[in-house]
Amino acid sequence: MLELKNINISFGQFSISNVNMKLEKGDYFVLLGPSGAGKSIILELIAGILRIDSGDIYLSDKNITREKIQNRSVGLVFQDFAIFPHLNVEQNIAYPLKVKRWPKEKIRNRVEQLAKQMDIFHLLSRKTISLSGGEKQRVALARTLALSPDLLLLDEPLASLDIQLKKELRSQLRKLHKLGQTIIHVTHDFEEALLLADKVAIFNQGQIIQQGIKNEVFAQPQSEFIAHFIGVKNYFEVSSIGSSNIEVAEKLNFVCKDQRFGHQKPKALMIHSGDILLSKTNIGITRADNTFIGVITDIYPAYRGFELMIDIGLPLVVNISQKQLMQLDVKEGDKLECFIAPENIQKISDPKQY
Amino acid sequence: MLFIIGPLIGMLLDTPVSDIFDAGKEKDVQNSIGLTLGASFLGTIFFAIAAIPFAYLLARKEFKLKRLISGIIDIPVVIPHSAAGIALLGVVSRDSILGQVAGSMGFSLVGHPIGIAMAMAFVSLPYLINAARNGFEAVPVRLEKAALNLGASSFKMFFSISLPLAWRNILSGLIMMFARGMSEFGAVIIIAYHPMTTPVMIFERFGAFGLKYAQPVALIFIAISLLVFILLRWISEKNSHA
Repeated sequence: MLELKNINISFGQFSISNVNMKLEKGDYFVLLGPSGAGKSIILELIAGILRIDSGDIYLSDKNITREKIQNRSVGLVFQDFAIFPHLNVEQNIAYPLKVKRWPKEKIRNRVEQLAKQMDIFHLLSRKTISLSGGEKQRVALARTLALSPDLLLLDEPLASLDIQLKKELRSQLRKLHKLGQTIIHVTHDFEEALLLADKVAIFNQGQIIQQGIKNEVFAQPQSEFIAHFIGVKNYFEVSSIGSSNIEVAEKLNFVCKDQRFGHQKPKALMIHSGDILLSKTNIGITRADNTFIGVITDIYPAYRGFELMIDIGLPLVVNISQKQLMQLDVKEGDKLECFIAPENIQKISDPKQY
Repeated sequence: MLFIIGPLIGMLLDTPVSDIFDAGKEKDVQNSIGLTLGASFLGTIFFAIAAIPFAYLLARKEFKLKRLISGIIDIPVVIPHSAAGIALLGVVSRDSILGQVAGSMGFSLVGHPIGIAMAMAFVSLPYLINAARNGFEAVPVRLEKAALNLGASSFKMFFSISLPLAWRNILSGLIMMFARGMSEFGAVIIIAYHPMTTPVMIFERFGAFGLKYAQPVALIFIAISLLVFILLRWISEKNSHA
């Protein structure tokens, strides 16, 4: 469907280098990365707004690298929607159809169909200046979909919406995807990728650093940066592997479930912050595997409950509920015992060893 | 404020109403006002056709010598207008290429309404170019990119997005150019003493017959200038709120 081969473009100090990407028809592909990583540039390159320095872009097996913007059949929804302020909602949606000289009757039918699909039929005669962010987003989507592009590009489509509108628009995007629309969605929010994507690429400093099926990428982040970016707080590089344990940072030993690695030796360990048990009472008594004594260095509210930063020789982030925090009755500087069950320690393999 | 309206009110109080009506009935005065408004209007429209796309290029494209060109555009505003007239005379006189082209068509640009329109446009064109350029610069590039992405050609994008969004500034520039053009004296008198534009007629009557004879024509022209200016501003405001 879409393939980017060795894409390079330079803007003085910043450059996009050696980007390779492949999408199949019907894919929902999320390009995930921090702000300023160059994700939007990739969309503009695919749309033809920017021209690449080197590399090739194929869409439906056709090389579109030098194709004019107008002939690419790629629809781009800009981050700030780019609604034409001098046109009303109906005129905005009809714009691409008028440009292609569709007959008036056909334009009206198509505009009404899109407006119903996006739940903005009641807004058709409204001036765009009076629309809310969510309404503008729907108008922009309807306008872009008017010519049924082969590929839909979304630049941070949910970034400026409140939680309720995000939920509604996510539902719209899922519906579009189910209808077979191929989508590339750029975002800095891993939750969007989690909820919408079937494929993801992690993008940073002008490069794709990991890509693949969403569940595989999220289960096997190949660097601490990626792990942190997808919400994993505890990611430790392995320093050596013993017969019954795995050592990290040359000082902490972990015992994992299924210690036989074969050729797939782990390069890192990943522990979800909600999978760590805390105890104040057993300090100094038990010394089971994967039990570490640590000092609380910080306690702060989190999306769900609270997070405790505990120094066990490495900074360990533990997520607990408010009730658990009250039961523990701890404060910064207190000592705690942290236990991680072997089955909750995820081993990250190095794909190069496969 | 008083400095601006004081002399105008003084002149109004100093001129008998009957003199103003008598001057208004004179065929020469009527023809002169018609010529002044017409030449300025045609000069504005004709040169706008090239000046507006040129302003768009200045707003959007980066090219060598852009700063120099931007500086050159403002030259007619800063040089004495009589000097501007002399410079323009070199371009429109019978010996010049333009003059010869006009000659082959049976008329001379010097002393012709077209020559007058050119002199008016020469000194007032910077107002339009600068206003249009500011207008185009204020149009977000993203909107133009969106139009291209939606299938519009560059030509269609310019007429459907850039031009309507910059229109308020452009209209303001057109009004300024027209107003500045019709009040031009220095450059016009070099190109054409006859047929007489109203500023030249006021000067001629003042020189030949004195203040009292020039005042009624001056008052009529000021009134018409103000009327046209207010009318165009009103249209511009109405347009921007539409």
